[in-house]
Amino acid sequence: MTAAPARHRGLLAAAGGHHRFGLSATARIRAEAADGTTDLPLLHGDGPFVLRRMPSRGPQARVCLLNTMSAPHNGDRLRIEAAIGPDADLHVTSAAATVALPGPTLEPAVHEVALRVADSARLAWLPEPLISAAGSDLRQHIRIELASTARLVLSEQQILGRAHEPPGRLSSRLTVRRDGRTVLDQETTYGPGVPGWDGPAVLAGHRAVGQLLVVDPTDHEHPAEARLLTDVPSGAHAVLTPLAGPGTLLTALAPDAGDLQRCLDSALAHLF
Amino acid sequence: MSPLSLLILGDGRFPSGGHAHSGGAETAIAAGRVHDAATLRDFCQGRLHTTGLVAAALAAGAATGYDPLSLDEAADARTPSPALRRVARRLGRQLMRAVRVTWPGPELDDLAAARPGGAHQPVVLGVAARMAALTPYDAAQAAAYDSVCGPVTAAIRLLGLDPFQATAVTAGLCGDMEHVASQAAGHAARLPAEGVDALPATSAPLLEITAEQHATWPVRLFAS
Repeated sequence: MTAAPARHRGLLAAAGGHHRFGLSATARIRAEAADGTTDLPLLHGDGPFVLRRMPSRGPQARVCLLNTMSAPHNGDRLRIEAAIGPDADLHVTSAAATVALPGPTLEPAVHEVALRVADSARLAWLPEPLISAAGSDLRQHIRIELASTARLVLSEQQILGRAHEPPGRLSSRLTVRRDGRTVLDQETTYGPGVPGWDGPAVLAGHRAVGQLLVVDPTDHEHPAEARLLTDVPSGAHAVLTPLAGPGTLLTALAPDAGDLQRCLDSALAHLF
Repeated sequence: MSPLSLLILGDGRFPSGGHAHSGGAETAIAAGRVHDAATLRDFCQGRLHTTGLVAAALAAGAATGYDPLSLDEAADARTPSPALRRVARRLGRQLMRAVRVTWPGPELDDLAAARPGGAHQPVVLGVAARMAALTPYDAAQAAAYDSVCGPVTAAIRLLGLDPFQATAVTAGLCGDMEHVASQAAGHAARLPAEGVDALPATSAPLLEITAEQHATWPVRLFAS
């Protein structure tokens, strides 16, 4: 509805109307194949999200997501949608870590990501980490719809608490549907008030959790067995597991963000 | 329904093969993360509220009569670790053998025929509860109890923990188990309207990772 992205939190909150506190914003991306390259006919930033087109690499269009406000605060409702059309190739990163912050309301912040990848299309979704700051409460849901020949590389990194601070409450669900069937559905909830979250079955003191999901139906060389990564920093654990459907998932736990990044780098080296 | 059927289904002496599995406790103990009754309690609580909740919801869903094959597929999607998928199916197959004799019924026969290698254990548990005329909440309680009991029983052998103390750990988590069972039954009640997306997908990253570590051990006391 807004002609230009409004950058002022107060203005947005007032314009939203439905929520007394917090802002609502939806950013949208559409990628389409065109003559061996990928066009971006829709690149719509909103609220805190500014979408910046980066130089293409061959057939691949590249977009960088910039968070130009401090968001999300508790009570915010943010959404990002991306649709990758047949044969298109899109690479999305973000410019900096996202920090979930407390807000003027007890309502949690909601962050939804909806990604649709069509046949023969490819999406790399590799954002910087999400940091759950003390007092924040964020519910995140990433939903992915893949056509049967779609390819995906997606990473997710969660840092529980800023350095030397306790974490907020963070719940995150990742649902991947391929050809209409759910092939992966995982939810994690950490932070104050969540029973057992930091105990010996769940995190055991680790403060950085990451996932890397690769779905590539054209690659038949991925092993059917799980693989424990050994070239990871001490105190970190990482395992590559083949899903019940096509796809490989890295699950990594590390003491901090730097070690987690090294686990993801190691997994990428194994996979590509 | 008879509460005695629930006691039979939940009894550690029920011949379901569960005694050979530690539910991740063997790796946690070897790594020193579980070393006494207090850390065992923390371990069981974390497991109960994550994979235990999923198991309880699958069991409750199967006990409502919802399509067990859809639930079995939903269990796969919620279990990224192939070692844990293998264990869940092996336990499901063993439980199936016992319950088909104990509470025979066509729904168990159909599931056994459709999944000869074993369906996920909580799904079999739920169908068995249905055959025993138990409620979805009963099935969820049995699954929640199973999620705690496995590690506790294993810890008695692995840590030499006093069995009285170990049982106190289980009893101390009764409130948590009831809460999880009631959440699970709530999820299961939404299955007809929402399909398997209504089920929780709560996971424990460390259990996923250590299950794969455990599977590579050349010598181990428990199968998982």
